[in-house]
Amino acid sequence: MAEARVKLPDKVKKGEPFEIKTLVSHPMETGQRKGADGKIVPRMIINKFVARLNGEEVFSADLAPAISANPYLSFFTVANAGGKLEFEWIDDQGQKSAYTAELKVEG
Amino acid sequence: MRRPSHIAFALTLAVAGGAAFAQAQSEKDAKYRVGDKYTGYTYADPTTQSMQDDDYVNPGFLWVQEGEKLWSAAEGAAGKSCADCHGKAQESMKAVGALYPKWQEKIGKLENVEQRINQCRADNMKAEPWKWESPALLAMTAYVQLQSRGQPVDVAVEGPVKPHLQNGERLFYMRHGQLDLSCANCHEDNDGKWMRGDHLGQAMANGFPTYRLKEQTLISLQFRLIGCVRDTRAEAYPYGSDEYLDLELYLAHRGKGLPVEAPSVRR
Ligand code: HEC
Ligand code: HEC
Repeated sequence: MAEARVKLPDKVKKGEPFEIKTLVSHPMETGQRKGADGKIVPRMIINKFVARLNGEEVFSADLAPAISANPYLSFFTVANAGGKLEFEWIDDQGQKSAYTAELKVEG
Repeated sequence: MRRPSHIAFALTLAVAGGAAFAQAQSEKDAKYRVGDKYTGYTYADPTTQSMQDDDYVNPGFLWVQEGEKLWSAAEGAAGKSCADCHGKAQESMKAVGALYPKWQEKIGKLENVEQRINQCRADNMKAEPWKWESPALLAMTAYVQLQSRGQPVDVAVEGPVKPHLQNGERLFYMRHGQLDLSCANCHEDNDGKWMRGDHLGQAMANGFPTYRLKEQTLISLQFRLIGCVRDTRAEAYPYGSDEYLDLELYLAHRGKGLPVEAPSVRR
């Protein structure tokens, strides 16, 4: 299961900050736990999150171990024009989860 | 995050026997209380409650979203999807989950929602039933239960169901395991008290499947029951056993009138 879930306002005002909420499914294995066999379970976390508006980065985060599974990230940004918002989560194995949304800007 | 040691468990119960925890009866809690019945939400930490309050913060909705996709995915030899027969889940599944576990006349058996979904897969789709606790079954259960959110739990308990209810009640008051504890010892006698980091509640089943922070995943009611039986140091009954079905029925009846709050968030 690889689900990504994003909430943004239906429309935002030009130049005014607004919040974006994101959730993604991922085990976020810390690399610090031992399995039933006594061996360390290898680290497997999302280490990078990026949000882009029309190709330009508006927010990014480097994630570290000790962040819960299925991480929730929210952030504020501003936009002067609407367009395509793209979200990307990249994990230690290079696997990507992605989500795309349309941003409407008025005023 | 580890399961607490059970000796310490019993000890803490004894020590914690002082003043009952004063409920913070906020406005927000009101819809999770009916008379003297309280759902687990009212015992949860405010930060946990706020996760449940927002469908875009509650990780359980990742499963709901997956369930929504599965709803219209054709599978099995009949080449059918749930949507082919049931149309929009928002309409066909509305308030359905609040009536489960439910007696199935055709097979002469009590079924919970998971079993009912799998019965459709087997009989109507000619598809393999989903395994207990599999991501797909959890996802579909969450999606179906969500269509009952806010609806009062109202299981039928007469007729052929009655002996199941009686057995469920018997099991609830029966002492289990090396610690010799019944469900009621924890969930009635010590309702509202702290057992180490756990705030003991009334064992209401209206929030399942639940996003359990300790497990970092969505869990079924039966998963929770297996954990609770193990906490008494008893050998747990297997998934789908008559014991859990009857307990599920009794829990639902005890919580009659409480709103379905799936997918809930619990510690
Ligand atoms: C040793 C004490 C103990 C016993 C015995 C016990 N439980 Fe629990 N149970 C807990 C704890 C601790 C929790 C988590 C806090 C809470 O919700 O009460 C819990 C949670 C639950 C929940 C989830 C409530 C929610 O809001 O999500 C249900 C349902 C439940 N138990 C049912 C049972 C049943 C049925 C039995 C008997 C088979 C039982 N428990 C026996 C300790 C116990
Ligand atoms: C070929 C048609 C068909 C397909 C496909 C199908 N079902 Fe059903 N389903 C039925 C019929 C018929 C009933 C019985 C209706 C009744 O009892 O009134 C039923 C009953 C149910 C019920 C119980 C409803 C109640 O009121 O108690 C649930 C829940 C359910 N189905 C879920 C599903 C899910 C989830 C899927 C997909 C995984 C699915 N069904 C696929 C035909 C189908």
